[in-house]
Amino acid sequence: MKDLLYSEIEDDLRAGVRALLDDKCPWTGVLAGTEKDQPFDAALWGALTGMGVTALPVPEEDGGAGASWRETAVVMEELGRAVAPVPFLGSAVLATAALLACGARVDGLAVLAVPLSTAPGAFAPSVRAEDGALTGEVTSVEGGLAAQVLLVPAGDGLYAVDAADAVRTPVTSLDMTRRLADVAFTAAPARRIGDASAVEAALAAGAAMLASEQLGLAERCLETTIAYLKTRYQFGRPVGSYQALKHRLADLWAAVTQARAVARYAAACLADSDPDTPVAIAVAQAHCSAVAVRAAEECVQMHGGIGFTWEHPAHLYLKRAKAGALALGTPDRHRAALARLAGLPPA
Amino acid sequence: MSTAPPDADELHRRAEDFLARHDPGTGEPLEFLRARFDAGLAWVHYPEGLGGLGAPRHLQAGVDRLFAEAGAPGNQPERNGIGLGMAAPTILAFGTEEQRKRFLRPLWTGEEIWCQLFSEPGAGSDLAALGTRAVRDGDGWTVSGQKVWTSMAHEARWGILVARTDPDVPKHRGMTYFVCDMTAPGVEVRPLRQITGEAEFNEVFLTDVRIPDEHRLGEVGDGWRVATTTLMNERVAIGGQAAPREGGMIGVVAGLWRDRPELRTPGLHDALLRLWVEAEAARLTGARLRQQLTAGQPGPEGSAAKLAFARLNQEISGLELELLGEDGLRYDDWTMRRPSEVDFTRRSPGYRYLRAKGNSIEGGTSEILRNIIAERVLGLPGEIRVDKDVPWKDLPK
Repeated sequence: MKDLLYSEIEDDLRAGVRALLDDKCPWTGVLAGTEKDQPFDAALWGALTGMGVTALPVPEEDGGAGASWRETAVVMEELGRAVAPVPFLGSAVLATAALLACGARVDGLAVLAVPLSTAPGAFAPSVRAEDGALTGEVTSVEGGLAAQVLLVPAGDGLYAVDAADAVRTPVTSLDMTRRLADVAFTAAPARRIGDASAVEAALAAGAAMLASEQLGLAERCLETTIAYLKTRYQFGRPVGSYQALKHRLADLWAAVTQARAVARYAAACLADSDPDTPVAIAVAQAHCSAVAVRAAEECVQMHGGIGFTWEHPAHLYLKRAKAGALALGTPDRHRAALARLAGLPPA
Repeated sequence: MSTAPPDADELHRRAEDFLARHDPGTGEPLEFLRARFDAGLAWVHYPEGLGGLGAPRHLQAGVDRLFAEAGAPGNQPERNGIGLGMAAPTILAFGTEEQRKRFLRPLWTGEEIWCQLFSEPGAGSDLAALGTRAVRDGDGWTVSGQKVWTSMAHEARWGILVARTDPDVPKHRGMTYFVCDMTAPGVEVRPLRQITGEAEFNEVFLTDVRIPDEHRLGEVGDGWRVATTTLMNERVAIGGQAAPREGGMIGVVAGLWRDRPELRTPGLHDALLRLWVEAEAARLTGARLRQQLTAGQPGPEGSAAKLAFARLNQEISGLELELLGEDGLRYDDWTMRRPSEVDFTRRSPGYRYLRAKGNSIEGGTSEILRNIIAERVLGLPGEIRVDKDVPWKDLPK
């Protein structure tokens, strides 16, 4: 069995990222940011890049940290806890995994141009390549507005396109802490950097890492809710003393505890290129997506009236959780993948 | 000895050395098991001289694998789950050196089976309300009362017993923990038939049973603390076992799904996949829990593993019956039997469905476990207790 615990290095990494996020990414700032015309928090992204945590799995000779997806997963947990408005998934995970698969490098903030809803194994290119130029549209690209370079699957290849050569239309996103863009190309000049197979490697990495983000989000929702229920009094006692709520939170805690085990397993498999990685990812996504949504929904409900308001952070988590469950394959699509992988064919 | 505890390589070497000197294929299995215990290869995380070597707990699996590969006789842990999972860690934590020496070796080898004399007809979830009395009597104790839900009492040599020694103080403070000789005069074991038709459990009637003071575990009045250790180990023992993928009940249903295509429906497919994911999540969670438990006693976190185990077994066994359709209407045997172990796989699906109902009741109901998690892990406020400061004798019964 893989090591499912956290190493001391990972604990230190977490502490560093959490301190940064506590300082630069309070939820009040995240909320204010959702109403600004800025696609992401560039200052926070700069700080994360400065710490070196946006290139953890990249070899040192290519300018990365020479670490692995295990450490990246710890960063994802922390970003999920903070609903941080940075294009980490689209860039530091999806684009990085695609570039690693191609053995290619690009300069600037790179984003993989695929619809965020794409499930592993279900990608079909919507852009065509002709004479080194790309034409077509990719909808719902995470980080599309933040990108300086777009990594675009077209035909049987993966191409690097200067973002200035694409027409990018902001999408009013369900999750405004992770904004999407529709991206259109009209004979945009492109450089082929690898095969389209890199897209599948990227989607797999994305799905695995997303599970850790969902874990962090769920854990934060649980903690916030517990803290509130200890201080909120109704009928002369803390509402957290009522079994109707305690039992739901106990079940939620158990589900989050499971989410940690499955997310760690998926990250460890991905880091080791283990043959069990596809199963680990499908299990992690089927499980963690649901746990994050449940945690955020319980957070709203158990906060009662205040939890339904704009000025309470619960809705930021709810939107991130639900959008995350639709990202990189819904739980149902991952269960369908498991049906194939585990040899449990449909009726 | 002041040397460092052995690592995986050292254990491997010691196990191979042991197997070279004790041919597992010949000789008396019991002698082999005793020798394995004396070599410290029984439960490597136990202290030297008590079946272990003070090694990290997670290294046990590697040792067990070597012995299994060599075809060595096992200690049939399925026959002595209460002994191995609950009595042993409690004896280790609270027993005197003499008690550890006396009880642990025959417990591990399976020579002596153990049972648990905790629950009573009037004290189930509220175990601390128990009324079995132990009264000082010279250099020992005289015990009278009734215990229930006692698995394996009919085969057990020893029982771990919690009894009330002081009825004049609030309930949690007046209990003491004993080891009860199940062959002593005054111990009467009667089968208690369950919804499956068999009698895996018993009622145990204790009438003026003499227990020498040397068989007291822990201090007089400290029984609740000792019992808590037992219960936490019980929950880990129930929910935290290592298993391969599809190792539990989910494997039975997955196999049925593969073998009987004509039974498949879209709705059942979705239900099967959801449970498959949950079973795998529970399996990985158990693995992670064991990695955390490499040293020390399990905390209340083990309760989550037991909760998940109970729910999964119930849902999966219910799904199996639905998948079977007509065959699910047939039961294998309602005859009153006395099984020596609980085996979900050798009986019919109907048995599995019915037996699984006990999983959320035995070893702490799922509701009590949720209370434990909410209060002891999450720190939520406790239930309002009307009995907390009332002497046990004044409680409504």
